[in-house]
Amino acid sequence: MNEPVRGLVVSHASLAEGLVQSVRQIAGADAGALVAVSNEGCGPEALQRNVLQALGDGPGIVFTDLPSGSCAFAARKLSLEREDTAVVCGVNLPMLLDFVFHRELPLPELVDRLVSKGKSSITGQCREGAHADRAVSG
Amino acid sequence: MPIVLFRVDERLIHGQVVVGWGGPLHADRIVVADDEIAASPWEQELYCLGVPPEIDAVFVTVDEARRRISEWKGGRRVIVLVRDVATARRVAEGGALAGEEVNLGGIHHAEGRTRVLPYLHLGPGDGDALREIAASGAEVSARDLPATRKVMLDELLAGG
Repeated sequence: MNEPVRGLVVSHASLAEGLVQSVRQIAGADAGALVAVSNEGCGPEALQRNVLQALGDGPGIVFTDLPSGSCAFAARKLSLEREDTAVVCGVNLPMLLDFVFHRELPLPELVDRLVSKGKSSITGQCREGAHADRAVSG
Repeated sequence: MPIVLFRVDERLIHGQVVVGWGGPLHADRIVVADDEIAASPWEQELYCLGVPPEIDAVFVTVDEARRRISEWKGGRRVIVLVRDVATARRVAEGGALAGEEVNLGGIHHAEGRTRVLPYLHLGPGDGDALREIAASGAEVSARDLPATRKVMLDELLAGG
């Protein structure tokens, strides 16, 4: 069995904390399996340091809110230096819920799975004709 | 169109710049003036991952930035980024930024820096460097996002 992958959610403001709390509430995940880091008040070096410290040793995935921005930059920079650290951008709750139940998968397989899960969880629904008047310009 | 934003921000290309400023200003080019990154292709590649396809990113040395400021003033809608006050002062040498606004957007807490605003911490020598930039003809102010209050240099330095 592979060593369980540790997850780190890095975000602007308090989004990461909210996502991690939600995962714990829904899935009851082990506190060490998924942790949150905010970029609030951090310069690039401080954020990099916080991410590194929160990741610890062993395989890890850094989930970031935006594909651009300081969080993704810190994560990608770190992943260049650590072979067993992957980065997934555009984090959402379904993806994290799937993560906590599949942490033993090999890292490349897990990353593919989570990206697919995250994308497939985004759906849209709108009844035909709903608010049709909004399309009429004044 | 002139330079739409000349910004001091230690994170350089990041969400606030690309989304917060780049959107409302309709920027189509981001120039990063930084000697270290200009010499580091892998760091440039990393920064480019955060740039949307409608904006192109250019990485130049500080000397090149100073030489090309007048070219950028007359060209596309350009955002110029530097990581610290000392670099901004170097770009401003010889009056290169005369008539431009210099925006202080994000310098975070670190040892030896003093908090001036929640998003702005200045180190020893930064105040003098900012006064030099202002004396060269640029308007210096702090504002993290377009919707927040612009804080002029005199107010910023009033405490020190």
